[in-house]
Amino acid sequence: MDAKRKTELAIIANKVRKHALTAVFSANSGHPGGSLSIADVLTLLYFEVMNIDPKNPRDPERDRFVLSKGHTAPALYGTLAERGYFPVADIPTFRKVDSYLQGHPDMNKVPGVDMSTGSLGQGVSAAGGMALAAKLDKKDYRVYTILGDGELEEGQVWEQAMFAAHYKLDNMTAFIDFNGLQIDGDIKEVMNPTPIDKKFEAFGWNVVLCDAHDFDALLDAVNVAKATKGKPTAVIMKSVKGKNVSFMENNAAWHGAAPNEEQYNTAIAELDAKIKELEAQL
Amino acid sequence: MAKQATRESYGAALAEYGADENIVVLDADLSKSTKTEVFKKKYPERFINMGIAEANMMCVAAGLATTGKTVFASSFAMFAAGRAFEQVRNSIGYTNLNVKIGATHAGISVGEDGASHQCLEDIALMRSIPNMVIINPADDIEARQAVKAAIDHDGPVYMRFGRLAVEDVNGEDYKFQLGKGVMLEDGSDVTIIATGLMVGMALEAKAMLEKDGISARVVNIHTIKPIDKDIIIKAAKETGAIVTAEEHYIMGGLGSAVSEVVCENQPCPVKIIGTDRFGKSGKPAELFKEYGLTPENIAIKAKEAIAMK
Repeated sequence: MDAKRKTELAIIANKVRKHALTAVFSANSGHPGGSLSIADVLTLLYFEVMNIDPKNPRDPERDRFVLSKGHTAPALYGTLAERGYFPVADIPTFRKVDSYLQGHPDMNKVPGVDMSTGSLGQGVSAAGGMALAAKLDKKDYRVYTILGDGELEEGQVWEQAMFAAHYKLDNMTAFIDFNGLQIDGDIKEVMNPTPIDKKFEAFGWNVVLCDAHDFDALLDAVNVAKATKGKPTAVIMKSVKGKNVSFMENNAAWHGAAPNEEQYNTAIAELDAKIKELEAQL
Repeated sequence: MAKQATRESYGAALAEYGADENIVVLDADLSKSTKTEVFKKKYPERFINMGIAEANMMCVAAGLATTGKTVFASSFAMFAAGRAFEQVRNSIGYTNLNVKIGATHAGISVGEDGASHQCLEDIALMRSIPNMVIINPADDIEARQAVKAAIDHDGPVYMRFGRLAVEDVNGEDYKFQLGKGVMLEDGSDVTIIATGLMVGMALEAKAMLEKDGISARVVNIHTIKPIDKDIIIKAAKETGAIVTAEEHYIMGGLGSAVSEVVCENQPCPVKIIGTDRFGKSGKPAELFKEYGLTPENIAIKAKEAIAMK
């Protein structure tokens, strides 16, 4: 990827982060930490990788995306809004009683959401169903999903891991947001899901390790997945929970807590500074 | 009269109506028992074995349905409605996706396998999910037509089938109508409202009551949700007493559904026949007797309901 495009994507990702924080701040609830950690991969998927059209969100030939870690809806909504699925101005209605922007993604209410999620472990299975449908119909669309690392503690994830490998769903790519933190703390202390790579390998998946905040590495991973035949691919992305907001980074307390006004303003100022810095590079 | 388990009808109907390329059938390693193997033999390319993983099966079914497919997800009622309840609730019910749950081996008539496999709470569980349609057919012809109706209905459907062979209660010219109860016999003193294999027993109970000079109406409720309110209100109004009969726990099932309609619209005595505790191993006929799922008990409760008028 050329440097200019990378800078452009970085700018978009930071705008997505701003939208996510605006959503959570406006609602006074929601999940900022894990939203900030997946902003880069969402940006890459929706602005660089996926075959999608915001004007035709139900196109049967489109690539699919399922946010298996549905609680990070603020990042998904921020990405979809930035991509043009619905107005950015609607972001502050997140979680409000008359809003279509539900606390967790609702496929029947939000344009661009391919599957309702929120109950961990279910989205990845639905993604497997979509990938199987493509195989049955001999269509070449691809299915992408993002799981949390804590989500891997759900047994259903491994039912799907078995299934996707068994049916050779090489059109399915699962990103693991490996930020190391879940609500109650360090994943290794709460219920250690590591080694994540060896587990997926043992289940018959192709495994790629990468940095969740490096667009080149993420794009390479996507391309490796596309080139891999006969196996689904798990991309284990080492990420920073709360990425790009200094006081939220690597702090489990920001998993499901909303910032107060001062914190929100500080976070937005930090992101604006980053965007300004990046824009200067263009 | 022919005698067949409704699970057999399920498999046969899937094969009969399964020509549509959009139909996909999933099963969780029970295709020989749920009878989806009949479909598998005819359309192997559209049969997917999910292994023993019901949670994943329900959500894969949902994912398939998002692409426009009509998906059947099959297992025993205990695992389809019980184990995978929350997957059904969130990924199929809440999304209103076009998934048909084919749940076999429902009820105490599973017999020898015992309580762990006798699902007596599935109707209650499925009733609690908005968007979910629930069909509990009484015999072979009704079960086959229910499968066709489920294909034609756009949205989630839970179909409840049994392991035990049951006699036909409907004639050859029977026409299944989703959401419509069927008055099999008219009567004026009491109405027996039954579902599934209890419908046959309700007809036997009517004959018993007749000998005692009691005129009983018999209504078959195959669609438990949405329930046919009109036929229930009419029964309450015209006969003034109701007995419900189901092979299910007495809470949350047909008896509850009928009581809700009666209480809100046309209050009258309602006696509920069903199981009041976990099941156990035994022959189906022995279990029916021990748990009060018999024509004799229906007749006794009918008299009690009449006495309460």
